Amino acid sequence: MQINWQLVIDIAKAVIVFFGILTCIPILVYAERKICAYIQDRRGPNRVGPLGLLQPVADAIKSFFKEDYTPSHVDKVLFTLAPAMAFIAPALVFAVIPFGHLMEIKGYKILPQVFDMNIGILFVLMIASLGGYGLILGGWSSNNKYSLLGGLRASAQMLSYEIAMGLAVISIIMTAGSTRMADIVGVQTQGLWGTCIPAWNIITQPIAFIVFLCTAFAETNRLPFDLAEGDSELIGGYHTEYSSMKFAMFFMGEYLAVLTMSALIVTLFLGGWYFPGITEVGNTSLLNGILSIFVFGTKVGMLVFFFIWTRWTLPRFRYDQLMKLGWKILLPLALFNIILTAILGLR
Amino acid sequence: MPNVSNNTSQYLFNYTNVLLFLLAGIAFVFASIAFSRIMAWLLGHRKPDPIKQSTYECGELPVGTSFIRFNIRFYIVALIFIIFDVEVVALFPWAIIFKKSLALKGDAILMFAEMFVFVLILIVGLIYVWRKGDLQWVKTLGDKNVKDKE
Repeated sequence: MQINWQLVIDIAKAVIVFFGILTCIPILVYAERKICAYIQDRRGPNRVGPLGLLQPVADAIKSFFKEDYTPSHVDKVLFTLAPAMAFIAPALVFAVIPFGHLMEIKGYKILPQVFDMNIGILFVLMIASLGGYGLILGGWSSNNKYSLLGGLRASAQMLSYEIAMGLAVISIIMTAGSTRMADIVGVQTQGLWGTCIPAWNIITQPIAFIVFLCTAFAETNRLPFDLAEGDSELIGGYHTEYSSMKFAMFFMGEYLAVLTMSALIVTLFLGGWYFPGITEVGNTSLLNGILSIFVFGTKVGMLVFFFIWTRWTLPRFRYDQLMKLGWKILLPLALFNIILTAILGLR
Repeated sequence: MPNVSNNTSQYLFNYTNVLLFLLAGIAFVFASIAFSRIMAWLLGHRKPDPIKQSTYECGELPVGTSFIRFNIRFYIVALIFIIFDVEVVALFPWAIIFKKSLALKGDAILMFAEMFVFVLILIVGLIYVWRKGDLQWVKTLGDKNVKDKE
């Protein structure tokens, strides 16, 4: 019997990538707590293990052993389904993100991407909006006033910002001429005006970048836009009634969303795995592949730091300010950017 | 698309990678929830009581039903969203072929004109909704010409 090794590589890749991004969550949790501590002039976790590095592990063990308590007044099926959706949707987005250059080892091709889908960015938009259902169902099925309000706020917020996000993505598709993630990165690997400055979309599409960044914060429910959670007014919003591992799923889903959004911003605007002078286009050696993954990881790390930094620096918006920003500023800006891109393209 | 033309079935088969990814996610979620239940059953404590079973309202006794009336604004936002989102979806195919059309000068200008009219309709819709005051979260009743305070 002949084994199709290419198939085995592909399947192993999907599993490795899944557990890889799963491993990133404790790192993100630790980074968030440490960075927030230093921003607030504290030390942060430093008791469990050296430098408090085992704190996320301790947290995980704690949430496993907590009483998994389902209140009697909830809709049990949706109550269990909601955290699962909030976790799976952001994870699935990662399946189409190219996080490195193609490698070729002994004739076998290893592409650091779960699936090079030709509708990549559309897949991202579809699946990312599914994550909102997790919050909405969680809020609705909890049968609690705070949860219901949190779920409602989450739905209105995600709907409002999805449009601006879609329009920002359209201008990126216009410059790339394709919805494939690899093509979008490919456009950004060229030099700008014949110089060594890479034609990253952050330089060629600054307005789209700003719009996308704002909507990314809103879609992940991170602090300037965390009205669905609103600890001080809604007591956790959609996850008020959750405990134990189900609560941990929402928590992990949020960090996973931060990770995938950062990876998405890197792919769309910061040149993906490409950095001039470090990674080469078309070089399929193992060294180049590993370097490209390293470059991608560094860029994602910097963006994750930016997410955390913003969270602990800015206060929360008021709901009317949130709606005003989404509909009256970001949406016209994104529409203007599409027309501008078209005119500049025609020139 | 280069990878579609040579072997479509091979390409479609690659969707199993995504399916595998999805299955790994589902398995992880439910396995960890089940594991935590078993652990809590073995080692944790499980003491339901009537007060714990009741709806959480900051330690006070819950008042009335949880399905309170909520602001009509949420519904209006959802309605506006549907209109705009459908229009955004209609822009995607145009955006994909725009770059290719740039090679043919006449086509590009025609395409640009078509898109411009389409986006103009979007903008007119936006202006209409804006003028109606539906984008304004705090709206006074009976005030026909609601204007931004800013």
